[in-house]
Amino acid sequence: MSEISNQLENLSFKAQQIADEASQLASNVVETSGGHSDFIIFGITVLILACFVGYYVVWSVTPALHSPLMGVTNAISSVIIVGALLAAGPIDSTISKYFGLVAVGLAAVNIFGGFVVTNRMLSMFKKKQ
Amino acid sequence: MSNLSTAAYLVSSVLFILSLRGLSHPSTARRGNFLGILGMTIAIITTLANPGVFSYKEIGIAFIIGGLIGTSIAVRIQMTALPQLVAAFHSLVGLAAVFVAASAYYNPSAFNIGTFGSIPMGSLIEMSIGTAIGAVTFTGSIIAFGKLQGFVSGNPLVFKGQHFLNLILGLGIIALIVKFCIDQNQELFWLIVAASFVIGVLLIVPIGGADMPVIVSMLNSYSGWAAAGIGFTLSNNLLIITGALVGSSGAILSYIMCKGMNRSFLNVLLGGFGGEQAASADGVKDDRQAKQGNAADAAFMMKNSQKIIIVPGYGMAVAQAQHALREMGDLLKAAGADVRYAIHPVAGRMPGHMNVLLAEANVPYDEVLELDEINRDFSETDVAFVIGANDVTNPAAKTDKTSAIYGMPILDVENAGQVFFVKRGMASGYAGVQNELFFRDNTLMLFGDAKKVCEDIIKGLEN
Repeated sequence: MSEISNQLENLSFKAQQIADEASQLASNVVETSGGHSDFIIFGITVLILACFVGYYVVWSVTPALHSPLMGVTNAISSVIIVGALLAAGPIDSTISKYFGLVAVGLAAVNIFGGFVVTNRMLSMFKKKQ
Repeated sequence: MSNLSTAAYLVSSVLFILSLRGLSHPSTARRGNFLGILGMTIAIITTLANPGVFSYKEIGIAFIIGGLIGTSIAVRIQMTALPQLVAAFHSLVGLAAVFVAASAYYNPSAFNIGTFGSIPMGSLIEMSIGTAIGAVTFTGSIIAFGKLQGFVSGNPLVFKGQHFLNLILGLGIIALIVKFCIDQNQELFWLIVAASFVIGVLLIVPIGGADMPVIVSMLNSYSGWAAAGIGFTLSNNLLIITGALVGSSGAILSYIMCKGMNRSFLNVLLGGFGGEQAASADGVKDDRQAKQGNAADAAFMMKNSQKIIIVPGYGMAVAQAQHALREMGDLLKAAGADVRYAIHPVAGRMPGHMNVLLAEANVPYDEVLELDEINRDFSETDVAFVIGANDVTNPAAKTDKTSAIYGMPILDVENAGQVFFVKRGMASGYAGVQNELFFRDNTLMLFGDAKKVCEDIIKGLEN
């Protein structure tokens, strides 16, 4: 009797595991395929609207400050560090993690370099005394 | 991604937009830069708080090393070397994009895009496009850096079948991307990277040194699109918004530069403009004599002038003459003259280069005017002092339909009572066109190094 009940318990445990895995897979599918293809349309919407914002904001920049504009845009394009940090995040040492760490370093050079050099440029612009 | 981090990324995006908005006037610009720093800080902290990020120690080390390198370069760099610095920084964004994409390819689960070998099609397309743009930005910027720094000759390098080769390579990359999206093969991934590296080099080598403002702006734009591409892979709006801002900013700057030369973007990209070939075709036949003056004459005449406009160009930057020039301007102002500066849109090697150099030399920004603002005033000006500029003053742009620079907007220095040209020799400018102004009655050439000439004039003014 105890053997059968043990086996039953085992079976129900396995059934539970399979159910868990199935639901996990299902949610994965939603996330990767369904969820993602939704994001493409959403992302393109954001991209196009942001291009319009960029267009109007950049045309309002005074030509005298076009060099600092390049400095700032250079610094903020390093926001790619968000991707680098996610890539470098996992504990286990994989090639992928090292790629991420290199990208973190490269982006950091740019963030600091870009903002510092822009600040240096802007601090020189003075009005007539 | 939790709602909280989405909201934080939105705050970052808005701060980045405001930081660019701040640049609409010098008085708000520094606050703009600060908002940009704040936005970046929020973005980094938000990402570090992501449940998938654990290895804080290694990340911290990489971040600090990068930060120290970036800061030490930025505080030391000379302002005349800004264009090559910006080009070098663009290359890093490109390379970082390649590394992020490679990382996403080998460990897609860190980005929630499936597992290695079974990444959804949409993500593969975004990833490979981001990789290709990043790789082109990387090598293209390195060549631009080399040309600006002088490691690579600034002359355009053209060879037969160049554009055909680029076309083949471009189509090849598209074919590789298509195949990669089907197979997810790692050799194909690295082939895309390699082919993009090669095309990045080939695209920039035929472009001459003085066209670099357009190219630096274009690469600025590319680095933005690369960031946006990675944003799609990560399903992250912050990267898409920022990428679009940077991308459109670079595109607008390239447009302004092209317009300043009356050339189409395609014409610049196809390259081959300027350099020695063009110069020898046009420069030889002239045996007219230009009138040569000396610093003492110039000092005397300017001392007795009411209105003076100074037109600086790349030659001033090369000679590091901005400080001596400002000192000369101060002495003239003390003698009662009205001294202003006129900047052509394509003066220098990057957009706004001259403005930064003059600001560095403590010239107040309200004395520095753009072409549209000051061009009418030349006719009421006693002296136009052209230092290190050439093509941007050439009246052939308005009259000679056969000229390479026909249609380019120029500064009308010819209308001034007296024109001084500070030049090292009689060589023609970048476009290889002889400047008609050199032979006018109201023009005096001041031969010599720009800085030396300014210092000599200062001596003359002090006596």
